Amino acid sequence: MNSETLIKIENIILKRGGSTVLDIREFQVRQGRILALIGPNGAGKSTLLLMLAGLLKPGQGKFYFQGRPVESRIDLAMLRRNAAVVFQEPLLLNSSVYENVAIGLKFRRLKNEEIRKSVQSALDYFGISQLAKRSAKTLSGGEAKRVSLARAFAIKPQIILLDEAFNSLDPPTRGTVIDDLKQILEETKITAVLASHDREETLRLAQDVSVMNSGRIVQSGKTAEIFNQPDSEFVANFVGTESILEGTVNSCASGHMVISINRKVIEAVGDCSIGQKVYCCLRPENVTVSNYTQGKISARNIFEAKVSKIVRQGFFYKLTLDCGFPLVAYITIPSCEDLGIAKGGTVVASFKATAVHVIRREK
Amino acid sequence: MELIVQGIIKAFELIISFDPEVLGITWLSLKISGTATLISLFIGVSIGTAVALTNFYGKRLVISLINTGMGLPPVVVGLFVTILIWRNGPLGFLEILYTPSAMIIAQAIIATPIVMGISLAAIQNLPPNLRLQILSLGASRLQMVWVLIKEARLPLLAAIMAGFGGVISEVGASIMVGGNIKGYSRVLTTATVMETGKGNFDVAIALSIILLLLAFLVNLVLTQIQQRQHPR
Repeated sequence: MNSETLIKIENIILKRGGSTVLDIREFQVRQGRILALIGPNGAGKSTLLLMLAGLLKPGQGKFYFQGRPVESRIDLAMLRRNAAVVFQEPLLLNSSVYENVAIGLKFRRLKNEEIRKSVQSALDYFGISQLAKRSAKTLSGGEAKRVSLARAFAIKPQIILLDEAFNSLDPPTRGTVIDDLKQILEETKITAVLASHDREETLRLAQDVSVMNSGRIVQSGKTAEIFNQPDSEFVANFVGTESILEGTVNSCASGHMVISINRKVIEAVGDCSIGQKVYCCLRPENVTVSNYTQGKISARNIFEAKVSKIVRQGFFYKLTLDCGFPLVAYITIPSCEDLGIAKGGTVVASFKATAVHVIRREK
Repeated sequence: MELIVQGIIKAFELIISFDPEVLGITWLSLKISGTATLISLFIGVSIGTAVALTNFYGKRLVISLINTGMGLPPVVVGLFVTILIWRNGPLGFLEILYTPSAMIIAQAIIATPIVMGISLAAIQNLPPNLRLQILSLGASRLQMVWVLIKEARLPLLAAIMAGFGGVISEVGASIMVGGNIKGYSRVLTTATVMETGKGNFDVAIALSIILLLLAFLVNLVLTQIQQRQHPR
């Protein structure tokens, strides 16, 4: 990758009350990218986020911001001034929406005219300029979240840190806020790190993912890579068992989409513009395996596949198939015996267009 | 019964006729208790906020001490202030015993822990991430504290009310360090005590009504300010 590194961490160990909260060998945030920190509760995501925001002293180890080491209090204050955090709760102050969005600029003692302009553009970005005069305490959850995001963007930070920022929202609001945020991040090219334990949120927003567990980073990589090639059982369990396929929408008419994946095409249900990059998520229990291609079935997606791996998992087998793209299927033990499936053998994998869960993603 | 009715009638006469002595006593009460509350506000809010925002060994002990101080008996305060400013006492050179200044000091000592305890709780009750949020938006430490105090303004107004209410109605310390000198250090409460002792119930009732009215008016104004904020 040719993107520049914005933050780099090396061998950071943070202890609190005798126990290790963070133990990070190497971690970096690249300029202009959206990175998701995922992991169970207590994995250290929030702590790492606070450190990236300059709100927590890095203690032992090396911390670089824009290539310069962060060591003294002055360095830390400088980092803090270049970062903005958005927490799970909106944490708005008891004043008007305008005052809330302006607060960071007022701390910087900017001129009134400058403040007014920046606040206006931040409000416009999040589509809430009509709320400017409203009291922050009378807003709905979605509106309050937009205000807290606008407040963070108003100070034009180098990096924005989102700590489970969408957890408190109801699903439809959450979807629209995430879509808007994604577009704004793309336009402004502001680097973002989000702590999350929601896979859909991660897939929709993040280009890179780091998985955390008990204060350590256990795997880092591009989003699809993490979801498809977890390198440990922990990561596999955490990211779930769905196959995540990167594709591009070829055509879309009356809710029926054709998506190309690695020179293959699959059919799915949904509505997307042509050329849209998407993730196609497929649960392994929705993939049917057979050994003939003749005859008609209702499933729209039928591929010849090579069995690259068979693993017994309790009462069924987990098959890893290669159809020109990776695919995971669960089959029962009798089915496996009846079909005579063996590693290296060829089978036919099929799944219904309706079983494909399509998530729009970054360019 | 007649006594009470007569007393009330006389009281209203005294109030309506703007009796200069009653007026003087009322004004002095307001001045002394107002100044004392103001002093307690500065000390109470700053120390209360500082204790709320810092972590140190023995913090819980300090908080329990402050909370105990909220119920400080005025006569005890009066006794210690008297000892301190007694002619031969360590602060005797100030020569302020039996002056309004001594009363202000005593009342400020009574009100400070009340204001401190309430502001401490008010700041501690703010959402835990709010501090970090404000800092992350680029606030300096001082700016952060100021924003927190502004956020806690509703309970802080309650602190002012409680502090003022505590000292305007207090009598023990005022009489001990002020001496209830006519036209100089006589306030509503000390005058009420004296008039009651003399059997002048009408005057005592008039003074009590004024005291209640005063407390009511001050709280009314502060409540207006408090409730002007949007309900949570």
